[in-house]
Amino acid sequence: MTQETARRRRAPGRGLLARLFANPASAVSLAFLFSVAIVVVLGEPLAPRDPNHSSLYDILSAPGGEYPLGTDGAGRDVLSRLLVATRVSVLAALLALAVSLVLGVAGGMLAGYYGGWFDTVSTWLTSLVMSLPAIVVLLAARAVLGPSVWLSMAVFGVILSPVFFRLVYSLVSSVREELYVDAARVSGLGDARIMGRHILAVVRAPIIVQAAIVTSTAIAVQSGLEFLGLGDSSVPTWGGMLNEGFANIYRAPMLLLWPALTIALTSVALAMLANTLRDELEGGNRSAEGRGDGEGDKENGSREAAHAPIRHGAEQADAGRELLTVRGLRVGYRTPAGITEVVHGVDLSVGRGEVHGLVGESGSGKTQTAFAVMGLLSRGGRVLEGSVSFDGEDLVTGGESALARIRGRGIGYVPQEPMSNLDPSFTIGSQLVEPLRVCLGMDRRAARARALELLERVGIPDPERTFSSYPHQVSGGMAQRVLIAGAVSTEPALLIADEPTTALDVTVQAEVLDLLRDLRQDLDMGVLLVTHDFGVVADLCDRVSVMRSGHIVETGPTREIFHRARHPYTRSLLDSILDGGGARGPLAPTDRKGVTP
Amino acid sequence: MTDPLLDVRDVEVRYPGRGLRSSGFLALRGVSLDIREGETVGLVGESGSGKTTLGRAILGLAPVTSGGIGYRGREISGLSRRQRRALSDQIQVVFQDPYSSLNPSMTIEAILGEPLTARGRTGGEAGRRIAELLERVALPSDAGRRLPREFSGGQRQRIAIARALALEPRLIVCDEAVSALDLSNRARILRLLTEIQETTGVSYLFVSHDLAVVRHISHRVAVMYRGEIVESGDGDTVTSDPAHPYTRRLLLAAPVPDPDLQARRRRERAALSDRENHERPA
Repeated sequence: MTQETARRRRAPGRGLLARLFANPASAVSLAFLFSVAIVVVLGEPLAPRDPNHSSLYDILSAPGGEYPLGTDGAGRDVLSRLLVATRVSVLAALLALAVSLVLGVAGGMLAGYYGGWFDTVSTWLTSLVMSLPAIVVLLAARAVLGPSVWLSMAVFGVILSPVFFRLVYSLVSSVREELYVDAARVSGLGDARIMGRHILAVVRAPIIVQAAIVTSTAIAVQSGLEFLGLGDSSVPTWGGMLNEGFANIYRAPMLLLWPALTIALTSVALAMLANTLRDELEGGNRSAEGRGDGEGDKENGSREAAHAPIRHGAEQADAGRELLTVRGLRVGYRTPAGITEVVHGVDLSVGRGEVHGLVGESGSGKTQTAFAVMGLLSRGGRVLEGSVSFDGEDLVTGGESALARIRGRGIGYVPQEPMSNLDPSFTIGSQLVEPLRVCLGMDRRAARARALELLERVGIPDPERTFSSYPHQVSGGMAQRVLIAGAVSTEPALLIADEPTTALDVTVQAEVLDLLRDLRQDLDMGVLLVTHDFGVVADLCDRVSVMRSGHIVETGPTREIFHRARHPYTRSLLDSILDGGGARGPLAPTDRKGVTP
Repeated sequence: MTDPLLDVRDVEVRYPGRGLRSSGFLALRGVSLDIREGETVGLVGESGSGKTTLGRAILGLAPVTSGGIGYRGREISGLSRRQRRALSDQIQVVFQDPYSSLNPSMTIEAILGEPLTARGRTGGEAGRRIAELLERVALPSDAGRRLPREFSGGQRQRIAIARALALEPRLIVCDEAVSALDLSNRARILRLLTEIQETTGVSYLFVSHDLAVVRHISHRVAVMYRGEIVESGDGDTVTSDPAHPYTRRLLLAAPVPDPDLQARRRRERAALSDRENHERPA
């Protein structure tokens, strides 16, 4: 168990310290903070003299000799005072941190995890604390409780606790919704264990980063208070020494230097550490969440590189009807290890009024192929080789200007996720009207009339209402119709649809497929349909290309592919289809009893 | 043995709404269902039909506001968290999304060991059980030391299944367990689930939006629509010759992966919706 726990602990934060030391900024900060820590621990025994012993013969003596850093206005040894002050100031700042951590993290975890009355009360209290001006509260606390640095820092810790509360609360409320927390509950884990193992792991990194920032704030505020002379003069602190130095600024300007330097360096070191920690901890988590789809496929890629696709029948249905022709398309992504090719030489063509299905499993490169045609590859991706010719114009050599001319007017695009492809802050109407005005140069009135007409065309029952709705006010199926309306609004010759029905219910999917079929017929539109669903292919496509690991393995008319597939991969896909297979049948014929409806 | 393993009676789930006046959202309106030992009951429906809520109510993750859920004759709705924990070796779950159902910062070993240690199994014993589980779901034995991100969707779903099996439960709620998977992985995972059922006699409540998947794996099928079960019965009948108009519509809407059959199905669907449109005003 302990071994297992240790391994688990090590796994996520593997080499964090090593990574921090590899970065010069954090290495210097860590080294400095480490020496501060040594002074905190050993400050008092290290101090050559009693920090409060004043020698009237040695008032304001210069650095050197008996007093390495000189003496202050009361004849006390500055070095000894600095060493002891470091201990007091840092520990007091850590006290503030500890108080705010305990209150904020515990409160945030409980409120975020359980919700209910504790959530209401603690959120209300947090808002109350946040609305109080910190300095006024600290001054009041000093007046009532006396000038102790510990007390004032404990109070400051309470004032700072909302920082942690808010942070932890928002993180916990989102983690609580994660399925793995539900799974842990079903696994029989207690709440304490779930919070300790699943939730703390997520909030740990942001808390560490915030802790560094809070500590440096506490040091600054504490020094400020002491500098104003509100501290206990019998206890040496950085702020107190600053105050002392300021009083003698004309006679011994060096006195200001030492406390100012330590305060500044400590704060800067903490801030730099917080920054690099944020990059290391949170940046690392982000890449950890990257979804590793299709990684297994990459290995197969090279093995199959030599295979030419199996072609059924003539490639082009009708001469003179060509619309999109892709030849030898290779797409790659820049990675730290060089360029990773994801599409290895794809040939593809779509004729006018033809629906061409591009089928494959996740990671097969089908979406990358579609994106490359439109020039919409995500950052770091580019067409390495090959040509994409649309209506006689080469989009690869034509560059951005050719693409800008073609997108919208020549090629429309229907994405997979309807909701994330509509801007939530604009009405549906304004999102439909804009391309009409920009691409077709319509005036406002004409564009509006056309948009309403389109909404009606895609089967939206109340176009006026949908026109003035925001995306969150319509259902997923409606949003997908809106996107289709937008894509066909400029009557493009080619529609590229990337899994247009995957996010929809089957009954809605059937309607959207009908809509695409009608539009294809009415507008003589070519469609490149990217999908993984053979049912959709059977419903809509004239021709099919099967993709795997960045290659097209087989291509031909839909019927040929379904009934006479020759490539083993196509056949294995078709064999995996469950439709039309036998039902499992009842459990035991003797025990047949219908479910009570 | 004729007593059902799980007996859901008139369950209603109402989620509280915002504000005092709101009556909340009624996700389940009196649903009844039973599952016997070693049986798979498929639950089909579209989004918002309440099928996932029913699964969550059985798992104790959704509030049952009226009706009851009996497990081996014992009422299990409305249990306290502590009492519910004691059921973890009886009822388990496999969720849809193999990405968010595994904690990204925990190794596979830690994920699989969690239910075991919660039950007080010691290190060596838990280790042996983990090795057994990995073998059961056909993952390499060195998988334990790796993190979820190193696995593909299908492999992650195997890990989730292994976690569900860890305590040898009698019922597993599979909530869209294969919906996020590729075609070939889907078939493999369904085969694995069937195999496990044949060797261990575990029961499944198989929640899915996909009629073909449910037909393939279920002994009996129930169809949900707007928080109610509109049709239920033996799997073959419900999925090939449904009685309820909604089920019919659902069946005809699912495209068949055969161009000629699909063309026929499309015509049938058009005819059905024409008929319904004519009937509606009457």
